[in-house]
Formats: sequence, structure tokens, C-alpha cells
Amino acid sequence: MKPEALSERLVGRFPEGVEAMDTPFDIPQFRVAPAALVDVATYLKELGYSMLLDVGGVDYYPRSPRFEVVYHFLDMKRHARVRLRCVLDDERPEVPSLTGIWPSANPAEREVYDLFGVVFTGHPNLTRILMPYDWEGHPLRKDYPLKGPREKLEARFAAEKNRFHAPKLAGER
Amino acid sequence: MAKLDPADLPLEHPDPRGYRVESADGDRMIISVGPHHPSTHGVLRLILELEGERIVNCVPEIGFLHTGIEKTAENLTWQQAITVIDRMDYLSPLSNNLAYVLAVEKLLGIQVPERARYIRVLMVELQRIASHLVWLGTTILDMGLQSGFFYAFDIREGILDIFEEVTGARMNPSYIRVGGLANDVPDNFVPMVQAFLDRFPKRIAEIQSILDDNPVFLDRLRGIGKISKDKAIAYGLTGPNLRACGIDYDVRKAFPYCGYEEFDFNVPVGTNGDAYDRYRVRIQELYESHKICMQALKRLPAGDWQIPDRKIVRPPKQEVRENMEALIHHFKLVTYGFDVPAGEVYQSVESPRGELGYYVVSNGKNKPWRVRTRPPAFYNVFTIPEMVRGELVADLVAVVATIDPVFGEVDR
Amino acid sequence: MTNNGQFFVTTIDKFVRWAQKSSIWPLTFGLACCAIEMMNLVGPRYDAARFGSEVMRSSPRQADLLIVSGRLSLKMVPVIQQVYQQMPEPKWVVAMGACASSGGIFDNYAIVQGVDRVLPVDVYVPGCPPTPDAVLDAVMKLRDSIAAGRAKGGVMAREA
Repeated sequence: MKPEALSERLVGRFPEGVEAMDTPFDIPQFRVAPAALVDVATYLKELGYSMLLDVGGVDYYPRSPRFEVVYHFLDMKRHARVRLRCVLDDERPEVPSLTGIWPSANPAEREVYDLFGVVFTGHPNLTRILMPYDWEGHPLRKDYPLKGPREKLEARFAAEKNRFHAPKLAGER
Repeated sequence: MAKLDPADLPLEHPDPRGYRVESADGDRMIISVGPHHPSTHGVLRLILELEGERIVNCVPEIGFLHTGIEKTAENLTWQQAITVIDRMDYLSPLSNNLAYVLAVEKLLGIQVPERARYIRVLMVELQRIASHLVWLGTTILDMGLQSGFFYAFDIREGILDIFEEVTGARMNPSYIRVGGLANDVPDNFVPMVQAFLDRFPKRIAEIQSILDDNPVFLDRLRGIGKISKDKAIAYGLTGPNLRACGIDYDVRKAFPYCGYEEFDFNVPVGTNGDAYDRYRVRIQELYESHKICMQALKRLPAGDWQIPDRKIVRPPKQEVRENMEALIHHFKLVTYGFDVPAGEVYQSVESPRGELGYYVVSNGKNKPWRVRTRPPAFYNVFTIPEMVRGELVADLVAVVATIDPVFGEVDR
Repeated sequence: MTNNGQFFVTTIDKFVRWAQKSSIWPLTFGLACCAIEMMNLVGPRYDAARFGSEVMRSSPRQADLLIVSGRLSLKMVPVIQQVYQQMPEPKWVVAMGACASSGGIFDNYAIVQGVDRVLPVDVYVPGCPPTPDAVLDAVMKLRDSIAAGRAKGGVMAREA
């Protein structure tokens, strides 16, 4: 359906939860409050957006609130897509999980948890999926250094003796 | 070389904490088909719960190839990020290339010239043929016919020769750039591609003649790994796997990009959703890609291969040597790059694995703020438990092979 | 011949090294993009079988050469170490590609900066990915090293 029609229906049905955003690049997008997410998603499924394409996370670090979880939905019959953006709390980034409606959300939400630290309440198995199980930290956050734990080590050695290669230390990977 | 002390080496694998054995029945066995295994499809660990020979449950574990590509891309300029993004789906790097570059071009609001569009379509379809040939070769190998592997890879060498001639690299060419292409195609491009396309259908027909009516092949694939339409949609399955279930969804037809609406091709659709239909859909796609390539080659227009805006694409070297302004542009592009207006965009293409999408967020600077990939193979791999439930353990490899996962994309 | 014993031992040594270098069986250890070029290596055009790598074994117990083709991620380190330990001696390692040699273009939290941080490597092959010609060249160099007695192969045979 046309973006305006979709916008009317969504905002009309969920006045507090959904806020339309302008769509300069032709995918309608809406800002959704985390509490209303599951209802909005179920309604979208009824409207025909049968596939959950993707669940992704974005970290807008110096800006607060910093975390955002972005959902893309696809209507295969009418060739339409829609995007939902949930802005999360800074201290306790939590959002309800969509695994009850779409099983494809299961691995995607684990990945967002692994890389950003966003907790999906109601997820059956929220564990790390890409990093090793005992990894500390959430790598894709903006305040996580690119080289991870190596960064401090290598910076120290580079400053000390201006050496090109850091030597291997015990326990270093 | 330092001496390796066996005592220093850890021996245990991390266990997937999420897996719980619900009942410790007498006949049930848990087997870890570990990340290193004879099937040639990449680093996937499957934990199977078996009752005798039947698979009762299956838990895929991924992450063995996690490279932090998305984080690396945030530290490179828009044009440099193309090189790391190529290495995600390494069987068809030009598809990744195209999707990312189209997303950035949408943000910038530029349209590439017609010649660039045609060459992009031609290269991407050749890349699709190459990727499907790797799939074909490795699937035949997994089914037991080792010489089929050689047939498929021999055909593929022709395509790799074309890529080497045009871009300089057989794999990971980073050829499609923001604003056009990396360089124009050489003069022998058209005859070379024509020669390849002319001999291609016969060679595929040769492989088909070995496989299509082969009772062993049919036995190994027919009826195996079925998935129903509803489940396929619920799990986010896309690409030839989804079309084998009977759903006609192809991004090239649904949301045309890069001029695909001008080409005349069909989208093959299966009926059952089993492994044999996935095989048939991909073989048909080889012929359809061949059709598109022939059309693109015949209608290849002359003209510019990149946009004339010197703030985004590099000026030709001769101009840089003679013209001060061109020199300044070149300097700025190499040291700083170009700024992309703030905003976010989702652009997807039909990669050989499915719908490959990029959600790109820009904050107005010269480096991407966030490059989120919608990896088709990631969602496809997590349908494996659904497909193998109730199958025999020996059919597991057939199912994984026909899904065609590429772990660079799954793990990024 | 002044010393019969030495003549026999060196000749037997030479024979053993010739036998080792002429039948190096690689292990199928493809990780990432380089794995595809490795598949091309055993493919029809760049046929590694004519140099002795007749079969690529999938079981580490039956393989001589571990070609680390691709980027080594953190989760994969215990796996590759276990696979390397399972290989019987003499065994050699070829670090194929930039990522295996030194971390390649991925200088970040997730990739081990070079397989030689976890395994002893005999030959490094640069390239991203290296063409199968380059890997064949590496195998040739490895064969020369084995014939000359430089690459003894394995952990036990190395000196501290």
C-alpha cells in the first residue's frame, strides 16, 4: 500500500507507540516505542508484511539515547517494505523479542545482543552467537576499540620502544 | 620458530550453552559435526541429536569466521569499505559490491551512466554463474561424484579469466565503485565474453545429462530436506531456496535495480521445496543468467563508465598530471574521500544466496556510520534444523549443500 | 667411500625426503575466500595432483599438509590447534593468503594476526587471495625445503 496509507493506519491504530518519520529514500519508516513493538509487528503481519527481513542494531554513541534496533519487513505479494526503528534506553537497553511471531528473529536478535549488548526480553536463548562465549564487551559499540583488547597492548609497546611488532605475551591470542 | 609446548594448547571447544538435552533416552545420541568436516561448505558446527539414524534435533553453531567486517567498514572511507565488504560473500563478491554501492549512490542521489549500468549487470550475472558453478561442483562432490567437481570448475575458469582480464583479480575484485566502475573494460572484452557465452550452454547440458536422470543423484536429493512455504517465510528464507518452495519472489523483479527492468528473463520456481527442486532452480538460473548476459552484451552502449563528478570519482591520470583542479580533487579523494549526506537507506540485490540487503547509515562524514548487512545465508542456515528434522543423518550433507551457505556472509 | 655408514644413512635420508616431498597430501581446511582458490588449485587447470597431492584428505589423521586458507577467527583457534595436533608427523603448514600470514586487511578484534601466532608455519603465501599459481609456487618451495632437509615437519622434530 502507499506509504501515506500505511502511515495513517499505523499511527491511527497505535497513536502513542508509533511515530511516522519522513522517508527520503522510498522505504516508509516509523519510530516505535519498545513497549508497542510486538503489537505493531503483529498488526503489520496481518496487513500482509509476511517476512521479517532483518533485525539490526545501530549505536549513535555520543548522542543519547544511543541504541536503536531497526526492523525491516517485507510484503512479497505487493512488493513493499517497511522499516521500524526502536529507540532504546541508555542504561537498560531492552526491547521485547519477536521470536514468538517470526522464528527468523531468533538468530538475528542474538547477534544484536552479542555485538551491542541490547537485551531482548522473552528470547528463548539469548547467548552470544558470533564472539566466543566468554568474551567480555560488545564489539560493535562505538566506544569499543577497533582492535579490542589488543589496542591497549599495542599502544603501550608502540609508545615505549617504537617497535613495529608487539611481541607475543603469554595468554595473548 | 618458537617451540610449541603441547601443554599450552587448550583442547576443548566451547559448548553452545543454549542447547539443552530434553530427555536422556536410551537411544539418543548427541553428535557434533564440528567446524572442520569433510563437506566442503565452510565452518559450520551442527550439533545433532540422533535417535538411531534419524535426526531429532539440530542446533547450528556459527561464528567461526567472524571477522568484524562491519566494524572495520566504519573505520574506512566509503570507497575503501568496498574492499572489506567484498570479502563477506566471497563466492559472489560483485553482488556485495553492487548492493553496497547502490545504497551509497542512493544516499548521494547519483545515477551512473548507462554503460556502467550494463557492465555492472553483465559482471554480476557472470558472477552469479560462477557462484552457482561452485555450488554445483561442491554439491556433486558431496554427493559422491568427484569428477563432476572438475567439470564445473573447468567452466568456471573461463569466467575467472574474464574477471582477471577486466579487473585484475580473479576473486574479490572490488570492481564496482561508487560513481561507476574501477576501470573501463578492455578492448577484447566483448569477443572474450561472447566466446564464453557461446560455449556455455553446451557444457551445462553436458553436466545435466550426467545428473538429471541419474538414479543415485535423484535418490540422494528427491524428497530430502523439505520445507513448507509458511515455514520458509517465517524463517526468512530467500533466494533459490525460497523459489524452490513455490514462492515467486526475486528482488530483481520485485524491486528492480541497476536497470534490470530492461532485461527479459524468467524466474524459475520449483514446487516441492525439497533439495532436488533447489538443484533444479539453480540449474535453470544458470540458463537465465546466460540469457541476461547475452542481452547485455549485445546492447552494450558506448559512453562514460563513471559519473563526471570529480568530487566523487577520481579524474583520469592524464588530467591529474596537467590540470591543477584535477590534482586537488585527486588529493582530496585519496586522503579524505567524499562526504555522503546524512540519512539511512536499505538497498537489496538478488545475490546467488538470496536477498542481500545493506542498511547503511550515514552521519554526513566521509566514513560510514553503520553498515548493517542483511545476510541471506545467515537466515538460510538457521532453517537447517527445520529441514533436517526426521531425516537420516546421511542426508544432512545433501541438505546443507543445497542451501548453499557461505560462511563469510553468515559470520561477517 | 670413507665412511660406509654415513653414505647409507644420508642416502636413506635423501630417499625418505624424496618420498615425503613427492606425496604431500593436503588437508581440506578451507576457512574463507582463499578456500575457493585452494579448490581451484586442485581443480582441472591448476592441478596439484601432478605434484603429488593426489588426494585432499578430510581427516587430519591422514594428511601431511595443513594449508590454512582464510582468516583465522578467535573462535576457530582451538579448532585449528586440535586439528594440527591430530595430524601425524611429519606435518607442514602453509599460511595461504594475507589473512593467514599476518591478519591481512582485518586488523581488528576478531582476527588472529597471523596463523603463526598459534601454529608453526613453513611457507607464507601473500595475496588476497593468492592465485593458485602462487600456492603452487609455495608447494614447490616447500618441496625444495623438504628435499634439502630444512623443513623437518612437525613439532617434535624442531629444535627449541
